[in-house]
Amino acid sequence: MTWKTAEYTGWGRALTAKGEIARPERQRTLATLLSAAMVPAIGMRRSYGDAGLNSGGRVIDMTRLDRMLSFDPATGVLEVEAGARIGEIAAAFAPKGWLPPVMPGTGFATVGGCIAQDVHGKNHHHMGSFCQHVLSLRLRQAEGAVDVSPDTAPDLFRATAGGLGQTGVILSAKIRLLPCKGDVMVVTERRIDGWDAFLSMLDTSAATYSVGWIDATATGQNLGRGILEEGETGSGLVPKRAKYRKVPFNAPGFALAAPVVKAFNNAYFRRVPDMGRTVVRPISDFFFPLDKIHDWNRLYGKRGFHQFQCVVPISSAPALRSMLEAIAVSGLASPLAVLKRMGPGRAGYLSFPMEGYTLAVDFPNRAEARELIKRLEDMTVAAGGRIYFAKDSLARGGDIAAMYPELGDWRRAAQTADPEGHLMTDMIRRLKLRSTAQ
Amino acid sequence: MKTWIILGATSAMARAFARKVAADGACVLLAGRDIADLTTLAADCVLRGARQAEALAFDARDASGFAALIARMGHEEGELSAAIFVGSMPAQADIDANPALIDGTVTDSFTGPARFLQMLVPLMEARGGGTVVGVGSVAGDRGRIGNYVYGAAKAGFHTYLSGLRNRLTRAGGHVVTVKPGFVDTAMTWGLPGMFLVATPEAVADDILHAVKKRRNVIYTPFFWRYIMLIIRNIPEPIFKKMKI
Repeated sequence: MTWKTAEYTGWGRALTAKGEIARPERQRTLATLLSAAMVPAIGMRRSYGDAGLNSGGRVIDMTRLDRMLSFDPATGVLEVEAGARIGEIAAAFAPKGWLPPVMPGTGFATVGGCIAQDVHGKNHHHMGSFCQHVLSLRLRQAEGAVDVSPDTAPDLFRATAGGLGQTGVILSAKIRLLPCKGDVMVVTERRIDGWDAFLSMLDTSAATYSVGWIDATATGQNLGRGILEEGETGSGLVPKRAKYRKVPFNAPGFALAAPVVKAFNNAYFRRVPDMGRTVVRPISDFFFPLDKIHDWNRLYGKRGFHQFQCVVPISSAPALRSMLEAIAVSGLASPLAVLKRMGPGRAGYLSFPMEGYTLAVDFPNRAEARELIKRLEDMTVAAGGRIYFAKDSLARGGDIAAMYPELGDWRRAAQTADPEGHLMTDMIRRLKLRSTAQ
Repeated sequence: MKTWIILGATSAMARAFARKVAADGACVLLAGRDIADLTTLAADCVLRGARQAEALAFDARDASGFAALIARMGHEEGELSAAIFVGSMPAQADIDANPALIDGTVTDSFTGPARFLQMLVPLMEARGGGTVVGVGSVAGDRGRIGNYVYGAAKAGFHTYLSGLRNRLTRAGGHVVTVKPGFVDTAMTWGLPGMFLVATPEAVADDILHAVKKRRNVIYTPFFWRYIMLIIRNIPEPIFKKMKI
């Protein structure tokens, strides 16, 4: 069967779509599928909300079109089909001394998804966003496939980078890989006692890769405490990675109740010795820490969860502190909370990054959490920041124009590329991203 | 120095298998009908570590092309192995409407690959080793109302492989018969009644493990051995009234 009717969700599992899915295994099959009408493409559905959902319509699952097409060791340019996963590329190329220049927090993300969300990694302050390393991409539009590069088609490129798949189906891309020393990471972990110390450590960190885990349940004096991880690639031997584990079923609600999270966070914080430590890890453990546990989203139970992620300019750091305070006091946060420094690098009209600090926190899908996220969104807008489409499942359309000043440019380009709106998804409709009447 | 020829290399299971032997540094000859797709896969295999990868035309229904493939294999030095992933499964209703479809099904799933292997085996014997991986199906273990033509073709292939194993063992070679259950491929996408579906990667891992351990007949995933044990042992007077 070509089209299968199924219910499917994003990674957060709070939003569901029912519709037809095709999963071509060859380019020829994909071409046939798209010959009748354009259909939005989805990948591994690692976006948390509804960016990859199309209720009542069709989607094309690109994950079987995942081959590496060519590599030039002189320039480091890799051409790869859109369904290829970042972790697979890293595993194949790190032993040869190359890495994807930007890697999101999960190696399961596809190249197409990384482009459509213009993702960032733990090196954003140095290397910018994913699409800044895309030399060109092949885009299937209604009339046929076109090559899009920042030089030859700057408007279409900027509309496609971070463009949520609205300009066409991304078939393949040429990405400039980054030289690395080898396939292990030398990681320095340090306890950070509070908010102000955390920001100054992030500001002054000279490491290539850096990320902060934050204890989003700590209040008062401990507010903003956490662990700063700084990493460099290296060569050498590390014990072989243990086989992945799987979460076999949905966890009950109390698994992430406030006292459990508080106790877990406390232990996690103290796991790193007071004076810090330097450890050597497989590359995948540093970049994709949660990929070891397949289907970890089931830990949040069948109702699913939301992730709130925002970025605010440097000058709005106090506002971000207030947001963390609101989160900590609420007692709703899960152990997964991340604070990172961002540079200015972004490649598209709707790219998330801006120079400043980004905070990401997971919440179980409960009414109080949804209320809190609404408040956090308001605080983000007031702070001159923005929320991340890859994570969002709750925002309202009205705030988007204030967060994304180039929304008008994107809307015009998307309209030209897909005038009949065949590529619209649940997220586009929920946030009214493509409707001009607002 | 290992060389694998993979027949039906466009299938998802074959692709997963090709990538794994490529990562071990083998030369992979990817044979099938969609050369454009196989050329893409060949590039992928080289980037994953294959010593060499090449797309070759193969059609189970056109034996005139087989000799060229065997000759191509002969050009590679060292151990020669073959993995057979070809087969076709028209809906039983389509076969009921057009019994002529039986010929193609049997050619794709049994006689085509058997004829190819029959031509290849002398070369393997001359080299004194190598492995044949023949992918059959749990459907070949017992004829069922839903797909007994496909099942009959695969049963024939199983029997052929058993005989081939008897022969190749004498020359130091080996034959692995693989009986997959439900695998998540284009063939099963959206079919009703699928359960415990395995990924093509897991199946490829099982096959490679069986090749290393010189297993004779494997079911993948493993529990199909027990499911099929039960199904094979249902007495015919009862089985003939069942619809499973």
